[in-house]
Amino acid sequence: MWGRYIARRIGQGVIVLWAAYTISFLILYLLPGDAATLFAGGGDQEAIDPELVAQLRSELGLDRPLYEQYLVALGKALTGDFGVSTQTGRPASDLLLESLPPTLALTAFAFVLSVVFGVVLALSASLARAQWLRNVLSSLPPLGVSIPVFWIGLLLLQAFSFRIRLFPSMGNEGFESLVLPAITIAIPSGAFIAQLLSRSLRSTLAQPYVEIVRAKGASERRVQLGHAFRNAAIPSLTMVGVLIGGLLSGAVVTETVFSRLGIGRLVVTAVNNRDVPVVQTVVVFAALVFVVANLVVDLVYPLIDRRITLARTAFVAA
Amino acid sequence: MSFTRPRTAALAAIGVVALALTACATGAGDAAPTASAEAEPVTGGNLTFAISVDSQCIDPQQVGNNDAIAIARQTVASLTIQDPETGEILPWLATDYEVNDDATSFTFTLQDGPTYADGEPIDAASVKTNFEAIQALGAKASLGSSYLADLESIEVPDEQTVIVNFSEPSAQFLQATSTFSLGLLSPATAAVSQADRCLGDYIGSGPFSVQSYTPNEGAVLERREGYEWGPSTAAHTGEAYLDTITYKVVPESGNRTGSLQSGQIDATTGIATADAVLFEGEDFWSLNRANPGSVYNLYANQSTEKLADENVRLAIQKGIDREQITSTLLGPDDVPAVSPLASSTPYFTDLSDVLEYDPKAAAELLEESGWTEGDDGIREKDGEKLSFHVTYWQSPKEVLELVQQQLRQIGIDLQLTFASIADVQAANADGTYDFSYGNLTRADPDVLRTVFSVSGTNNATKRTEPAEIDELLDEQAAIIDPAERQKVVDEAAELLITGGYSIPIYQLSTTITAASKVQGLGFEASSRLDFYDAWIAE
Repeated sequence: MWGRYIARRIGQGVIVLWAAYTISFLILYLLPGDAATLFAGGGDQEAIDPELVAQLRSELGLDRPLYEQYLVALGKALTGDFGVSTQTGRPASDLLLESLPPTLALTAFAFVLSVVFGVVLALSASLARAQWLRNVLSSLPPLGVSIPVFWIGLLLLQAFSFRIRLFPSMGNEGFESLVLPAITIAIPSGAFIAQLLSRSLRSTLAQPYVEIVRAKGASERRVQLGHAFRNAAIPSLTMVGVLIGGLLSGAVVTETVFSRLGIGRLVVTAVNNRDVPVVQTVVVFAALVFVVANLVVDLVYPLIDRRITLARTAFVAA
Repeated sequence: MSFTRPRTAALAAIGVVALALTACATGAGDAAPTASAEAEPVTGGNLTFAISVDSQCIDPQQVGNNDAIAIARQTVASLTIQDPETGEILPWLATDYEVNDDATSFTFTLQDGPTYADGEPIDAASVKTNFEAIQALGAKASLGSSYLADLESIEVPDEQTVIVNFSEPSAQFLQATSTFSLGLLSPATAAVSQADRCLGDYIGSGPFSVQSYTPNEGAVLERREGYEWGPSTAAHTGEAYLDTITYKVVPESGNRTGSLQSGQIDATTGIATADAVLFEGEDFWSLNRANPGSVYNLYANQSTEKLADENVRLAIQKGIDREQITSTLLGPDDVPAVSPLASSTPYFTDLSDVLEYDPKAAAELLEESGWTEGDDGIREKDGEKLSFHVTYWQSPKEVLELVQQQLRQIGIDLQLTFASIADVQAANADGTYDFSYGNLTRADPDVLRTVFSVSGTNNATKRTEPAEIDELLDEQAAIIDPAERQKVVDEAAELLITGGYSIPIYQLSTTITAASKVQGLGFEASSRLDFYDAWIAE
């Protein structure tokens, strides 16, 4: 039964990948401008010779009808050939692989920071005894989620790079360059985790078994950390997909503000230059990450929470 | 519940703390020791320069974007050099040049001695290889190809002599040989693929060579050892002073400002006008130069019915208060246009007596053409409103918004769409637009022919029938004698104004902002950056 379930989920994942690919292809096609005119009219010069542009367009295959361009690209993609970048002529997959390590380092570090930040915040708010402290701590998550990521980045830059020269303001070199960007992403993501966890903790602490633990004489700390937390954390797992989305989109903005190399910068430049092969490669990659992450979570979840098991038609809590 | 008050108070407190962190600590950086006025350049050191965009290519023969040029220009030498003060074309790699009477044949005599960075001599055959390679690149080398349009043949009678022949008069070619687009690369580069050349795999002839280039991150140029042929316009002729120039791509304006303030970069041209005040004082200096060429113009599409009427175009031209625009919206170094040409362009003449702000005369011209004021203040004729549309991408966007307000006062409705470059190109692609907006940088008045002539590559006014203006523009393209050419250029520029072809607004300028330890960094004749004389004072 598990085998059929996994096969079905993989099938759904493939459909998601295909849909993501097709939709972004259509959007790029519908957007005004194309790679050829943007290449020929580079920068602040307006001397675009229409003949040269036409020549470029046919070289890039942009004068073919939409369905032909789509099918050719899709066919090649299925064999692993994602084409070459219209800006540089290099294979799009190479560009993706080059940009992966810095973004991976950034998002991994940001993930760790946001988990730590979110858990500490949620637990502190729950354990705090003074009402005023509790209010302050529980107002932080909504604040963290609503402040725009790039504003946080600029604030951190001002404070810790320009005024107090602690960290570099740009580049990918060394651990110091990771700190500010990772914190920037971790603040909204951590706030999101804190919100989830807080809500989950509140409902867990209202469960009957918690009263029993308290009646047995356990301290508040032991009740929350030893018993409630583990059970409260489990439902948050299901939001991993959303979290990864937040990390990736945070990376897009942060890499621009902090002038870092990575997938975010790669895709922003590609969209601005209508570099279809590169954008498609990144879209497929991001969709793949989502699909895999969600699949892993769904497979791991029943192992953690024994109440969940596979039923014939749908998930039910036993 | 009763949480709300304490909660919002807590929220507010946090917000205030965050703002305070940024607001505290005044002043543009701590007291950095200012360099004493050292007259003697010092060899050595690195200069870190921030650029805003990376167009993914640093091949001097392929680039067109200012930031890419800041890198590429330093790696090549050219046949001639243009004096930034006088606009005169002077010898550089060519010690002597001759042009025939109708500007169809150019003979260059090369210096004996200069070599490419791989040791190959810069001889006549290599010059021929260069120009042919540029033509082969076609669309990828759009600037260079346009300079070499009408190229007929290149003769190489001996090692030091090159003769370039055109099928049409091309007086602009002499100035073109001083540009980076026709900068010389080693013959070995002609065998390298276009994509690899963009990535820095080329061998130049200039004071610096490419050490490394990482797209979207930056580039490093290193001094070329053995360089001895600096142009006469520079302060010295030997090797460059800097060991290396490190270019960093910093897309975010606030990051560039803060990085310069905190010393993480040494210089940049990308400081926003609003931030310029942060760099006044002893620790920094700034230098501004107008970009030569065609100023920011509203190009009227004269193939449309309303704009085919000269009165309407002249009315728009007279209805724009250029002084108000520059004083309200732009920096202290930006000036209104007083000619279709920018003031730093050779052969420029101040035409402010013909280019005036005169709303009354504008209104009269419109009345004369039958456009009378409607109930909503917009003029109409035969049931049609005097309304136009323009799509543009250039900042500051408020410039055209102020123009819109000014034109409204004489009864013209200008609709604006501010969008990306791609959107603008798409909107203007089919030629049915009312107005396009832009400038074109080039240190030669032939730029007017490129932009305004019926036969020019841009033909921004979309005319189809040659008129007197085209004759004048073609004429100046064929004259070599400076005094003669000045006369014709003046006539053409004036006719562009009085005939309503050009609706100029203001001149684009570039500002270098740098730390005080940076010396000798300046502009060359096209207002591009020149690092050859630059040095670091420690």
